[in-house]
Amino acid sequence: MKINKILLIGNPNVGKSAIFSRLTGAKIIISNYPGTTVEFTHGRMKIGEERPVVIDVPGTYTLNPTSKAEEVATRMLREGDLVINVVNATNLERNLYLTLELLERKIPVVIALNIWDETRHQGIYIDVKKLEEALEVPVIPTCGLTGEGIKKLITRLPEAKAPDVRISSDSDKWERIGKIVESTQKLTHHHHTFLERLEEWSIKPVSGIIIAVAVVYCAFWAIRLIGEGLIAFVFEPLFENAWLPLMLKLSAVLGPETFLHNVIIGNIIDGSIDFKMSFGVLTTGFFVPMAMVLPYIASFYFILGILEDFGYLPRLAVLSDNFMHHIGLHGFAVVPMMLGLGCNVPGALSLRLLEERREKFIAATLMAISVPCMAQIAMIVGLVGERGGQYLGIVFGTLFVLFIVKGLIMNKVLPGASPEILVEMPPYRTPHITAVFKKLWMRVFGFLKEAVPYVLLGVLFVNILYALNIIDALSGLFAPVLTGLWGLPREAISALIIGFLRKDVAVGMLGPLNLTTKQLVIGSTILAIYFPCIATFTVMVRELGIKDMIKSAVIMMFVALMVGAVLNLIL
Amino acid sequence: MIVDLTQMRTGESGIIKELRGGCGFERRINSMGLRPGKQIKKVSSHFWRGPQTVEVDRVCFSIGFGMAKKISIEVKGENK
Repeated sequence: MKINKILLIGNPNVGKSAIFSRLTGAKIIISNYPGTTVEFTHGRMKIGEERPVVIDVPGTYTLNPTSKAEEVATRMLREGDLVINVVNATNLERNLYLTLELLERKIPVVIALNIWDETRHQGIYIDVKKLEEALEVPVIPTCGLTGEGIKKLITRLPEAKAPDVRISSDSDKWERIGKIVESTQKLTHHHHTFLERLEEWSIKPVSGIIIAVAVVYCAFWAIRLIGEGLIAFVFEPLFENAWLPLMLKLSAVLGPETFLHNVIIGNIIDGSIDFKMSFGVLTTGFFVPMAMVLPYIASFYFILGILEDFGYLPRLAVLSDNFMHHIGLHGFAVVPMMLGLGCNVPGALSLRLLEERREKFIAATLMAISVPCMAQIAMIVGLVGERGGQYLGIVFGTLFVLFIVKGLIMNKVLPGASPEILVEMPPYRTPHITAVFKKLWMRVFGFLKEAVPYVLLGVLFVNILYALNIIDALSGLFAPVLTGLWGLPREAISALIIGFLRKDVAVGMLGPLNLTTKQLVIGSTILAIYFPCIATFTVMVRELGIKDMIKSAVIMMFVALMVGAVLNLIL
Repeated sequence: MIVDLTQMRTGESGIIKELRGGCGFERRINSMGLRPGKQIKKVSSHFWRGPQTVEVDRVCFSIGFGMAKKISIEVKGENK
């Protein structure tokens, strides 16, 4: 049999992605909560001479699709030559339901009995040989995180079989599962561990909320501490001591006030280069992503990675469910919002976790307006924070109030109701430190690869627009709104234009405009609200459809107009 | 005594009796491992008709209030 396409199928959060990355060597994000994988991820593995495609299918409980994600998983099944059914060894009974459904489809199956390492701690003993006999397909115990059993899984792939199973009713399936489990699995009593007790505390209403507040507070405190530390002790000294002399030399070579000097070095401020103000491609363009944004991106994703792998996010989702219902969502929408704080792109991608169109629309609009990405936050903290912490409070406070008010309004105005939460809580797991750093590196590398070129391009673009006097022309056109309504200088139009490309650069552009603190606060807030960056926009169009996206964009621009005007009046 | 899931007290255990919410709902809940005959323990219940958290087969689930209303349980009594 020639194997061209291998599908990894299993319940949510059983470690499909971990096995996928072991099989293919591909780097993908793995976390401890159901729904980490929302897109199909393709990769190639090696079996002898062949190099079949492996597809990491989003988790599903059943092949009788009950949600959109499951529907897609089912459709994929027709294209596969072989299924690796990833089964959670600590929850055999429930997982076998999907296995039996798979076997009915007459597709060759191999079972990876994953999370094998945890069975012992939990007092679960599974007779693998007997299980193999009962299911008539190969069963291989694995541990995706450590890679245990993966080699054996690969060598046994050719043994995959499609046993002759008749299509049976649900109750027959459960009966058969009951018999299988009874004859292959032994449960012994196990003592509650500290982590299990913590699981209970963090899901109870009172202790849960106390824990949630503490976790969120500590998380932001740690993000700030690490981010500021990296800036003060690593990146700023690096730029001041190594990059600045180099740039000063280059500046001398290029000669003052030439076109190239203006583009590459930018303006000389008080006789030297100011990385925040000069606005050349190699000065500010390089300084913004590397020394202002990267430290916060790294620290944010480090902390998020720990929370993800520990399994905390779904608990936070449940605790906030009540509140989220008032704004037309259910608790699990917390996950896209948290991811959106890092970067709106993965946030928008994970909108797929939400099922209904209404819910997606609300979540997307709320995120685009009120959830600034870490790159933007870092810049706002860097620029506005200099003027005083209370001004940061105004910017983020405004966004937070908007989040709630808009949510309440959309929930009232849009027809329909918010769907209910139904989610499995993953057990708490001590994060593997290597896994956390691997994930952190993937995300930081993604930022360097995808964001930094855009930032450089953005700064280049803006300098060219200035050189061609296009900014001047546009600033005249938009002056009524900018100056009349928002009280900003008309040159701020350049920031709004670049905001379509990169929000961090856009905020950075407010720096050289010599704004008053009030103007800086208004400008930063508007830049967060008025429109998503191009990368987020593209994903949002794909997830929402063009019609809903237009509606959402109209709301964003309207809100930006209003908020700018109101802030201008009251500050 | 038969109650629905929202009426169970925290810490109480029981047996799932029936899912009353149409075929799609039933199948969805079933496939997650919550099905009639299973022992179920209520772990927590959130304020203001918030989600109900239960444990079945050592796995913890959170279920929205409305859905929980549709799950009836035969209660055995306290099990702390």
